[in-house]
Amino acid sequence: MGNPNRAKAEKGLMRWIDDRFPATQMWEDHLSKYYAPKNFNFWYFFGSLALLVLVNQIITGIWLTMSYNPSAEGAFASMEYIMRDVEYGWLLRYMHTTGASAFFVVIYLHMLRGMMYGSYQKPRELIWIFGMCLYLALMAEAFMGYMLPWGQMSYWGAQVIISLFAAIPLIGPDLAQWVRGDYLISGITLNRFFALHVVALPIVILGLVVLHIIALHEVGSNNPDGVEIKDNLDENGVPKDGIPFHPYYTVKDLVGVAVFLFVFAIVVFYFPEMGGFFIEHPNFIPADPLTTPDHIAPVWYFTPFYAILRAITFSLFGLEAEFLGVVFMGAAIAILFVLPWLDRSPVRSIRYKGWMSKLALILFCISFVVLGVLGALPSTPIRTVVAQICTAIYFLYFILMPFYTRIEKCKTPPERVTG
Amino acid sequence: MQNSSRKGDRLMKKLLLAMIIALVPGLVMAAPSGKLDSMKPDLYDFESLHNGARLFVNYCMGCHTAEHQRFSRTAEDLGIPQDVIEENLILSPQLAYNDHMLNGLTREDGAAMFGTAPPDLSLITRSHGADYIYSLLRGYYVEEGRPFGVNNTVFADIGMPHPLVHLQGEYELICDPNEVEVKTTDPLKGTVADPRDCFSEVRAGSLSPAEYDQAVYDLTNFMVYVAEPSKYQSDRLGPKVLVFIFVFFIFAYLLKKEYWRDIKH
Repeated sequence: MGNPNRAKAEKGLMRWIDDRFPATQMWEDHLSKYYAPKNFNFWYFFGSLALLVLVNQIITGIWLTMSYNPSAEGAFASMEYIMRDVEYGWLLRYMHTTGASAFFVVIYLHMLRGMMYGSYQKPRELIWIFGMCLYLALMAEAFMGYMLPWGQMSYWGAQVIISLFAAIPLIGPDLAQWVRGDYLISGITLNRFFALHVVALPIVILGLVVLHIIALHEVGSNNPDGVEIKDNLDENGVPKDGIPFHPYYTVKDLVGVAVFLFVFAIVVFYFPEMGGFFIEHPNFIPADPLTTPDHIAPVWYFTPFYAILRAITFSLFGLEAEFLGVVFMGAAIAILFVLPWLDRSPVRSIRYKGWMSKLALILFCISFVVLGVLGALPSTPIRTVVAQICTAIYFLYFILMPFYTRIEKCKTPPERVTG
Repeated sequence: MQNSSRKGDRLMKKLLLAMIIALVPGLVMAAPSGKLDSMKPDLYDFESLHNGARLFVNYCMGCHTAEHQRFSRTAEDLGIPQDVIEENLILSPQLAYNDHMLNGLTREDGAAMFGTAPPDLSLITRSHGADYIYSLLRGYYVEEGRPFGVNNTVFADIGMPHPLVHLQGEYELICDPNEVEVKTTDPLKGTVADPRDCFSEVRAGSLSPAEYDQAVYDLTNFMVYVAEPSKYQSDRLGPKVLVFIFVFFIFAYLLKKEYWRDIKH
């Protein structure tokens, strides 16, 4: 029965299952005989942590859905009902809101890891692409989720973002109306965002996670040295610098999980609003279409792109500044997709790249953080200039990459990983 | 014909609404326009919270509500017996112990009386901050020509009459407290500059200035509690969870060390 080449248990129930479903084979392929480089460092915790946060979001989300009322009339009150009358509702809600921000913290660090160690380079381009799709889906998921409490920032934040579509020439206004399902943001918008947030996007995200991991396990993990461990195999065909993911990395990741959960719990129990960065203060006022808040800022994880949007104050090639801002914001995310083809370096890891790559990455990180700060603040003429400079650096990091990665002098990577 | 006049009606209504909104910007909830005094809430000072609850029900709930909070929840969290709540805090005969903290004022009536309906106060300290409420209630001063004869240093052209005027008394403003820089006492010259010095008493209230500050503190403290009653639960559960995670960390760390003993670098 079944494929005779597959790994199977000797006997018993497991054997019965293995004859019908490749359970043992899958266990070996993805855990007990998936060989990961032994030199993973701190930066390699964030992949498994992202998975942990995803599980947290799904579980707390399911329970929140049980008590949430997705209507313009009842949404805000149902949040307070969850906070006060539902057993542990406050905990579910804070775990979900903190989880949303934690998701972006770990994802941004996970992406930076990939950029530092060249984990997007051949043959891992598809892992990167799937990861970027995940990031995009996650942004949509977070944006739609933020509307559900139906507070002032839920309403006006969504108003700002959806009106971006209206800046697109010709089809813009109709497109924005199609997205809203109404002439302005209303209960209809709330209902469709709820459907997308709890059904459609979670399915997309889970599917992409599977693709991301299958692609990763097909080619194997990169490591801080960027050395291909499959180039050095022992007599059994096992990489000499590889160790089975389970038990070595499962137990190591457990330590990371414990540290992460400790910090996470401190935020959940003592600083759930995080000074207005995880839950913005105006969101404790019910959505009011007649009162625009003085200062509309997106949640922190969107602020770098919001700053890029606002930095474009000029018209170019006959395009209106407003539309151009949307184009730049879209391009800031789109350009990340082609990163694997921009890097022409002969080496993967930043450890062995030249000073130009190192400097470029540092400048890129600084500009991204500065943009994030600026996006959360009201704009002033000076801040706009700083945002324009940072936007230029952000794009130059990518646009100049094919040149500086080719002309710089790289160090020779070692034959084997260095620990 | 009828149809088009109804359309005209609607247009007029919209225009009127737009004019009202344009004319009375101070009536919508405004961001603080002045410097704020700071207060540090203490959710474990139950005497203060009890007094705050009393003040809130007697002086705020005539017009405002705490529509997300139940009387019973307040009673349980603050340790107030049910009969005390029912006798002293539930003023409307239509409301019961387990009901939300509502009042008899409809939004329409409220809007007609004050220009804008008095907002619900369940979450006001979370949206505006405790300092804002504390400063607002200490910032009233007499000003001729205002609808209720008062204005406010942190909320310019406020539409709300001074709810605690009988407690505080009336004050007039002799300088702009937002312009006064707070100076510390100089032991040699003895000069003190405090924004409070800008308030000059016109008519005394039933409380002394110090007693009034304490009353406003208690009231704000209670509103901080009402905004997030789950704080007690998270304070109780938090340490247990953190201890559990810490113990889990120790075991996870030892397990990792044990497994990784045979991995050579």
